[in-house]
Amino acid sequence: MTTLPAPDPNLARREEIQRLAAGSENRRKIYSGVAMSICGVFLAVALVPLVSVLAYTVQRGIRAWSAAFFAHLPTPAGIPGGGIWNAIVGSLIIDGLAAAVAVPFGIVAGLYLAESEGRVAGVIRFAADVLSGVPSIIIGIFAYIALVRGLGHFSAAAGSFAIGVLMLPIIIRASETAIRSVPSTLTEAGLSLGARRSTVARRVILPTALPGLITGVLLAVARGVGETAPLLFTAIGSQYFASNPTQPMAALPLVVFQDGIQAYPDLQMTAWGTALFLIAVVLVLSVGSRLFAARLGRVR
Amino acid sequence: MTKPMTEPLTERQLGMATEKALTPPPPGNPVMRLRDVGVAFAGRTAVRGVTLDVPEHQVTALIGPSGSGKTTLLRTLNRLHDLTRTAQVSGQVMLGDIDVYGGSISPTLLRSQVGMVFQRPNPFPTMSIYDNVVSGLRFNGARRKALLDEAAESALTAAVLWDSVKHRLKAHASMLSGGEQQRLCIARSLAVEPRVLLMDEPTSSLDPQATKRIEELVTELKTRVSIIIVTHNMQQAVRVSDYCAFLLMGDDRAGQLIEAAPTTKLFEDPSDERTLDYINGRFG
Repeated sequence: MTTLPAPDPNLARREEIQRLAAGSENRRKIYSGVAMSICGVFLAVALVPLVSVLAYTVQRGIRAWSAAFFAHLPTPAGIPGGGIWNAIVGSLIIDGLAAAVAVPFGIVAGLYLAESEGRVAGVIRFAADVLSGVPSIIIGIFAYIALVRGLGHFSAAAGSFAIGVLMLPIIIRASETAIRSVPSTLTEAGLSLGARRSTVARRVILPTALPGLITGVLLAVARGVGETAPLLFTAIGSQYFASNPTQPMAALPLVVFQDGIQAYPDLQMTAWGTALFLIAVVLVLSVGSRLFAARLGRVR
Repeated sequence: MTKPMTEPLTERQLGMATEKALTPPPPGNPVMRLRDVGVAFAGRTAVRGVTLDVPEHQVTALIGPSGSGKTTLLRTLNRLHDLTRTAQVSGQVMLGDIDVYGGSISPTLLRSQVGMVFQRPNPFPTMSIYDNVVSGLRFNGARRKALLDEAAESALTAAVLWDSVKHRLKAHASMLSGGEQQRLCIARSLAVEPRVLLMDEPTSSLDPQATKRIEELVTELKTRVSIIIVTHNMQQAVRVSDYCAFLLMGDDRAGQLIEAAPTTKLFEDPSDERTLDYINGRFG
């Protein structure tokens, strides 16, 4: 003997709600389509300058590229076969020195900011934020007055100082973020094994945050490698091969600036080729930093 | 019907009165003694007036509803509150003859004697299984390979993990399942050979099977280390603990100790009505 299912007292209400939901779904589809198209238009507009700058630089710069372009020293205007080898080495030395100083200071400062909550930390954090907003030319003038005038001559080291100051706030804030993202329970686990706080920081926190720290460093280097204004006041540029940081030195952005404003077409081409190379370097650094950031995400 | 009869009676009444007022002494020697312990955060009292003896080589459970201060109390025992600037601990905590907050022992040295296992397994993500187990020894300066190897095998064996990981000690700790990771964390604590092991709801993130294995492990480990375990699962307290302390949030929203007794006594014949209400599920 089968019992009939009791009539559903909520049936009418349920059907009405279903009908309303279906109607609102159609409406939402239309809204969604309109919103998506608006977003698409704005995206396209935003991409225009980026794509045109890139395309133009590639189109002009790729013609300058050759093996000699990367391996040779510059030649005077009108003499073919010149290259940017000295500027590549110069940028490596200047930015390498800058990073060598800024990275340890920046990471330790980031560790301090992440681990302490006092007023001093707040002041330092604010100072780092202000520093990251200071126009790079002002830091260049500062390095000029402090080092170039103080020592009596232009030098790559003064350029490294200026670039290092620019890198510092980026590294500090990126390190702080990376270190803060390490779960505090790992710190507690380390301490609960009888480790000192400094040991936990060195052996647990920093290794766990390492991908994030590398991300910050790469971003800072990517920023530093393209900076021109501070180098105009310090490393000043050179036509010759220089590896002594106490002397003036060529650098990639300086080549772009100095050759680009010349009247000679071959020097202008060198500037385009160098600009394209700079863009490529920054692209590689940015992509690299993203890869490391993704690795940090996977650790947790 | 005179003096000889009344005297013993009075004594028994007195005895009963004391038994009601004080918590019965725990079986065996106390390894930790808490006297009027309180914790306040930024001036707000979170735990107040806890006096408790923790028996050696037994499992002591801290039970009570959420907000009763179980974890807060647990973290006073290895001075983890030192990390929180606003935290203030009052009263006295003794580990054997050592006054934990007395200044005669550094927090780091104390924590090498009072280990801790957390709610979620937290192996160090950058380290291998082996490196995790011996990390505490290395943090404390041990370098000799024979010592590290021996400690690793002993601790992993005690945590019933040795057989399943002995061929992949160099593998990443994240390769292990949640339950295995928690046993790895227990092994990591045991490797330092602490006198007391604090466990803060060690099974709360594990499935029933892994929970069962951790519980079995806890009861096996008490010959090696005295255990204090926080749990909000009363069945778990009954299954693993010998001694049990019941905490409850008072009217001032501060946790306090209602009573402590051998687990069977606390669950079968609690002295306080609030304990009875809690274990019968009337609140919490």
